[in-house]
Amino acid sequence: MKSLEELTAIRDKMQAIVNLRIEDSNCTKIVVGMATCGIAAGARPVLKALSDGVQEKGIKDVMVIQEGCIGLCKYEPIVEVVAPGKEKVTYVNMTAEKAAEVIEQHIIGGNVVTKYTINSAM
Amino acid sequence: MFSEISLNILDIVQNSVSARASLIEITVNISNAEDSLTAVIKDNGCGMTESELTKVVDPFYTTGNNKSVGLGVPFFKMAAKLSGGSFEINSEKGKGTEVKAVFVLSSLNRMPLGDMTETIMSVIIANRNTDIVYSYTVDEKGFVFDTRQIRQIFGDIPCDTLEVNEFIQSFLNENTAEINSGANY
Repeated sequence: MKSLEELTAIRDKMQAIVNLRIEDSNCTKIVVGMATCGIAAGARPVLKALSDGVQEKGIKDVMVIQEGCIGLCKYEPIVEVVAPGKEKVTYVNMTAEKAAEVIEQHIIGGNVVTKYTINSAM
Repeated sequence: MFSEISLNILDIVQNSVSARASLIEITVNISNAEDSLTAVIKDNGCGMTESELTKVVDPFYTTGNNKSVGLGVPFFKMAAKLSGGSFEINSEKGKGTEVKAVFVLSSLNRMPLGDMTETIMSVIIANRNTDIVYSYTVDEKGFVFDTRQIRQIFGDIPCDTLEVNEFIQSFLNENTAEINSGANY
């Protein structure tokens, strides 16, 4: 059986790296709806794709968090990107593949993927 | 309705998060002898009054602001009962809540347990400051995953990294496979 003690090797490696704690106020928040409507619509793989994307690309100053139902259930899974000083962007009908595109084009590239936003859906 | 019990569990855990729990304990226990699959979600969140507790199983009761339905608990109860099982929810205001769903293991009306690893990973990723304990047992053989152990090992060193996440994922998948010994639940 795998044991958590094996993590000591990873920890020892990290001891050599100095990491700055991210200030919440400077952080871009990627908010995934995880209420019953979101989960039923497929939010779990979307959360995974966003989290994997952020970590694999080593994107700093970004936090993936969850929220409850915002009352737009038919548009779930919903992902909101809240960047400090910028207007909130609401992506709707998300999938793991679209999440990967949003990471690449919006989070890294700085360009909102307008075809996936709520404005385009309404 | 969901397609897997693991999605119901993920849904109920959201309630624990909304209740601002600092510790959420998730238990899945499978017993072939008792023909049962029991899922328990226990939290130390704000809890409910007796009056709220009687209302929570009503799909038209919710504490959410933008909605007129609260389906998480009713769906879980329905899923358990459809399999011939049972459902219990207990709570104490200021102390926490415990949800227990018992499914009849062999029932054709029981949804598969599904991907518990992805559910646990989702809970950990989106709630970095909450302690999560997940215990999985099949007929007395089991393992426990406890984020407090990880915090102890890492101390001040950040542990929300890709490498640690990948480790946790293989820890959960490998140990689950070992316990299951080829069975599919």
